[in-house]
Parts: sequence; structure tokens; C-alpha cells
Amino acid sequence: MYMYDDFDAAFVRGRVAEFRDQVARRLDGTLSEAEFLPIRLKNGLYLQLHAYMLRIAVPYGTLDSRKMRQLAYIADRWDKGYGHFTTRTNIQFNWPKLKDVPDILDALADVDMHAIQTSGNCIRNVTADHFAGAAADEIEDPRPTAELLRQWSTDHPEFAWLGRKFKIAVIASEHDRAVLKSHDIGVRIVRGVADEPGYEIFVGGGLGRTPMVAKQIRSFLPKAHLLPYLESILQVYNLQGRRDNKYKARIKILVHETGIDRFRELVETRFQEKLPQFNGVNQKILRRIEGSFVPPAFEAAQPMPPVLGAGLQSWIDTNVAAHRLDHYGIVTVSLKGIGETPGDASSDQMRLLADLAEEYAHDELRVSHEQNIVLPHVPRRHLPAIYDRLKAAGLATANIGLISDIIACPGMDYCALATARSIPVAQQIAERFHELGLEHEIGPMKIKISGCINACGHHHVGHIGILGLDRAGVENYQITLGGDGTETTVIGERAGPGFSYDEIVPAIERIVSAYLDVRTDPEETFIECFRRVGMTPFKEALYPPEEARSNAA
Amino acid sequence: MTTIVTGNGISGDDWADRDVFAFDCFWNGQELPEEPLAVAFPNDREAADLVPWLDRIGLIVVDFPAFSDGRGFSVARRLRELGYRGRLRASGPLVSDQLRAALKVGFDEVAVAPSVAARQPASHWKVGAQESYQDRIAV
Ligand code: SF4
Repeated sequence: MYMYDDFDAAFVRGRVAEFRDQVARRLDGTLSEAEFLPIRLKNGLYLQLHAYMLRIAVPYGTLDSRKMRQLAYIADRWDKGYGHFTTRTNIQFNWPKLKDVPDILDALADVDMHAIQTSGNCIRNVTADHFAGAAADEIEDPRPTAELLRQWSTDHPEFAWLGRKFKIAVIASEHDRAVLKSHDIGVRIVRGVADEPGYEIFVGGGLGRTPMVAKQIRSFLPKAHLLPYLESILQVYNLQGRRDNKYKARIKILVHETGIDRFRELVETRFQEKLPQFNGVNQKILRRIEGSFVPPAFEAAQPMPPVLGAGLQSWIDTNVAAHRLDHYGIVTVSLKGIGETPGDASSDQMRLLADLAEEYAHDELRVSHEQNIVLPHVPRRHLPAIYDRLKAAGLATANIGLISDIIACPGMDYCALATARSIPVAQQIAERFHELGLEHEIGPMKIKISGCINACGHHHVGHIGILGLDRAGVENYQITLGGDGTETTVIGERAGPGFSYDEIVPAIERIVSAYLDVRTDPEETFIECFRRVGMTPFKEALYPPEEARSNAA
Repeated sequence: MTTIVTGNGISGDDWADRDVFAFDCFWNGQELPEEPLAVAFPNDREAADLVPWLDRIGLIVVDFPAFSDGRGFSVARRLRELGYRGRLRASGPLVSDQLRAALKVGFDEVAVAPSVAARQPASHWKVGAQESYQDRIAV
């Protein structure tokens, strides 16, 4: 795992001091509120419905026990004893006081963490595959590239005042676990014809009001060319992206309006000019970074204790994924306890996760974009012990990838932009299907819920997407079906008119029973079934003709 | 009077008595006086269009219509990439916290808007000793 060197440490401390000074200048009036706003956003500080919210960067989702314990400490000392893990693999605290924020940032710097560029119109925290370093199908660990990009994008003088936010993700396998194509730039590590290392680059993805799937701009970019190429994309975007309308300011709109071929020409021309300016020092830095992501000292295979108990077996089947070593597993700890707020963890739970990582799992933790916590390197022989301790802390929910493993944005419960509640909808769906005992019967299913058009809950790429809107002061939930956030990214299709808050859970139930009716056999997942039969049976279930409705009533 | 900030502190505008030409003057065939010339550069124009005149120009003033409109940072970087070596000035309601970035992308100075100068004394306009990641890696 990457450890700060003197430069990183001094940089982060310098930024804390600078922010302390900025807060003071806001309080004495030399910085206006309008001027302070983007400055605080670039330091992760939002003003929400009820209070400030501090969003802390978890670069490429990677944590260790020391960092996780510090997050627990911050939750207890300055917040209400819990934190919320987000779809950008960050963590948010919902109740800090402005005057405490510089102290919180100092506490983060103590463990090599920060809140820089987790918000604002700049290059945001870089994300990566949450199974990085553990998945069997990866070409190499994507995190060194992500760390290089973190360093390059931090306080970049040219790109700190973009037209809109800018998100970059890095993966290194065919299978996409990081929703790569919903990012402004997606970087996929590949090998060239002669097996030389390089990147495939995608540009112009994004969800929000106008969802777009990122397009390939380069099929192969030699490794050493990454920074000049990204600078070229960013420069074209910064100069030519629209600034007249907030909703048209993302690079996806520029790429769409310019056309990918013309956009590629602009970037390639710029790239040829820029390439000579880069002398290769960044590749030396990259190699140094790579040196800090060496795999842990894996133990030799040892016998697995017998699995006693259906609870443990079901949890292993559902929450433990294959590791690149057979006698290891990748454990996903569900933060989607039935009836809980998706992504929330209490300080006690954070400390337990830190303990488990330290005692059993080579001291590594990950935050997934699906708002769960991953222990990437777990010897299988420890699974029973880990399960028991998770269970005692209410963290052993066996629902990864199932209908109750819902992504939900904070919505009306916290977010100032929300048009509807999303957390309670997620809770009710989870409770309902749990009650029916149908979760495992239904199988793989991704429900994603956003509380407004900004789509932080990724609803466009949910197998079932739910978007909460406001229709004349009443919450109204629109359903999309067939979305997919993997390597075969598809934006979901709208099913029809929306449903009220009271109707939305029954509507989801009707979709699910239609699926159970029309699937060929239990092996056919919901998304496969949808692709085969299309929208019609689901539409009929959602909007039965009058007659059928009165008969049912 | 306009306040000019550089990496070394604050001064008045030593170009105040001379003309600053609109960008279009270079294109509409207008008779231009002795060099060095100064040009006002709107942030939505193409920097490469100025290339034929770059060695006659002594000052380019890049307009920042709002402090949050960061196109000017890329305009400056472009002008330097195209080989402009003369003075480069950022002009608009920039705040002191942006001085560091302005100098990094190639500006020599910032012309501070009177509205901002009234609130932000000279002591606020400092670059600080902090090294940047770009100095370290982005070459
Ligand atoms: S989708 Fe809307 S309501 Fe949900 S967190 Fe984002 S901005 Fe807030």
C-alpha cells in the first residue's frame, strides 16, 4: 500500500494550514461567500440540508487498519459516531462543525489521508477496481497508475477550475467492476500486440441528467504516454467545454456535440505537441509507486475448518469471491443490513473491520463503489472466525449482489439537492424481499436509487433503476430497467409513468414476480432474462390494464 | 489604479499609459503602431491565432470574466507552449488563493480587480513555499 513520503506529508499538511487560513479569511470577510464556496468544495466541504458535510478521499478505495481506526475516531470525536461510504469509494461525515474541520483534516493527515478534490469543478478522487491486487483476471494492479494520477491531478494548476467535475477510474481486467464507462475518463490497463504494457482510454462517460456511455478514444496508449495524453484531453475540455449551462458542462456533452472522431483529432494534435514536454520522470515515479504495491506475504495453503451451519455457508456462497490464490478468498462485508442505511458504518463497526483486516487479512481494506467494505486477501481458513465476529456486530448480512444489496444516494435525508427520499425506499425494498424470503431465489440483481436527476445512486446502470423526482410537491419514482454498469455498459430504459412513494415497493415486487414467471429456469438471471424478453412483460406487470387491476383488488 | 501582483509582491500598472489592443485588431487589417504591442485576449479565442504576431507582442492580457472560469489557465499554458516569451497577465476578479496556479501555468502577473483589491491586502497575495506535485512528476 502506498505510504506518504516526505513530500506527500508536507503537501497535505500545507493544504491543511492553507484551509485553516481560508476559513479565517472567510470569517473576517476578506473572502466572500461566493469566493469561499469553491475553495471549501475543493477541500471536501459541502453545505447540506441540515449541516456541513465533509467528504474524505479514499484514493482507489484502499485503506488499512490504521486509517480505518482514524475514521472511527473522527466519527466519535467530531461527528455522531458513524460515517457513510459513497459510490465514489469515499467516506462522508454528515455532521461536522465548520470550526472543527481544519482539526479533522489534521487528524486525517496524521494517517496519510486528506479531503482534497473530493468535490468542486476539478479532477476528483481517482477510483479503481475494488478487487485490485486480488482478482485472478487482472493484468496488473491498477492502483499504481491510479496513485500516479492522484499525484498528477492534485492541485493541478491548469485544471483546478474546470467547467464541471471530472472523474477518472482505472481498471486492469476485461471484466469491469468499477463502472469504468460512466467516468469522464476511463483507463483500462491492457497489453499491446508485442505484449508491451499500455492503456485503453475511454472518454465522455457520465450519468446525471444526460447519461452517456464513455467512448473509446485510444485503443492502445504506451504506458509512458499517459500523462501527456490526459493533459491533452483535459486541455481541450477546459478550453472548449461549454460554460453557459451547468448541465451541459461535462466533457460527455463536448464529446457528444463534437463527435468522437473530431474530438480524437483535437486531442491527438495536442498530444503530439505535448509529448516532447514530458521527459519521463513520471515513469520513474510510477516505478517507485509500483514498488509500494507489492502483494502481501501470502501464507501457504492450510486446511479449512469444516463449515458448520447454514448461515456461514450461505454467507460464504454470497459474500466471498474467488481470489487469485485458491486458498484465499475476497470477502465483501455488506453495509446493507436489512433495514439499515446503505453504506453507513458505525465507529464500532469500523474498528471491528480494522481488527479483522489486521488479524486475518494482511491489513488491507477496500471501499467498493457499491458501498460495501472488502477484505481483499483472506485465507479461507479464517472465514468461520471472521463470520462469527461480523455476525456479532450486525455485519454478516449475506446479500452481496442480491436484491437487498442496493446502492442508494443520501437523498432527501441529507442532500440539499434531493427531490425525493432514497434511503427509506432502499430500506423498504430490502425489508420486503427479506420478509418474503425471496432474495436467494431471485439471485443476482442490482437495484440502484437516486434522489434526484444528478444520479449519484447510479440508477441508469441498475438492473432496476429508481429515480426519485418531485411532481408538484409529491415524490414520484421513475423506474428504468435493463441498465448495466459492467464492461457491457448499457443505460437502462424507462418503463413508463412514475410511482408514488407508497406505490414504489409494490411496483418493484410486480417486476420481480414477472421475472420469476418468465425466466427459463433459476439459472437465468434478471438481466439475462430482460435482455431476452425485453420490456413488454415487465411493462404489463407494472401497468396492468384496468380490468386486471380491479380483479386483483 | 490597477493593482498588479507578481510572485515578488504588489505594484502599479506600468503599462497603464500605453494602448492595449483588442484581439480582433490583429485580424481586421488595422494599422498597428510600433512594438512592443499589448493585446487583450478573451478566454474563448484560439491561442494559435496569435502566433504570427507573437514576437511583436510585449504583453498579453488574458481575461478572466469570473474567478471560477478557469479557461484562462489553459490559454496561458497554450501561449507558452506556442513559444510566447513576453509578459503574460491574468486580468479579472481572481482571488489571492489562485496566484500560485496562475504563476505555475505561465502568467507573470495578475491584475487584481478593484473590488477584490479592496478586500484582499498585499499580505494575502503570497505564493507560499509549497512545492507542487507537477514540479515533481508532470514532466
Ligand atoms: S442523486 Fe441527487 S439527491 Fe442523491 S446525492 Fe446526488 S445530488 Fe443528492
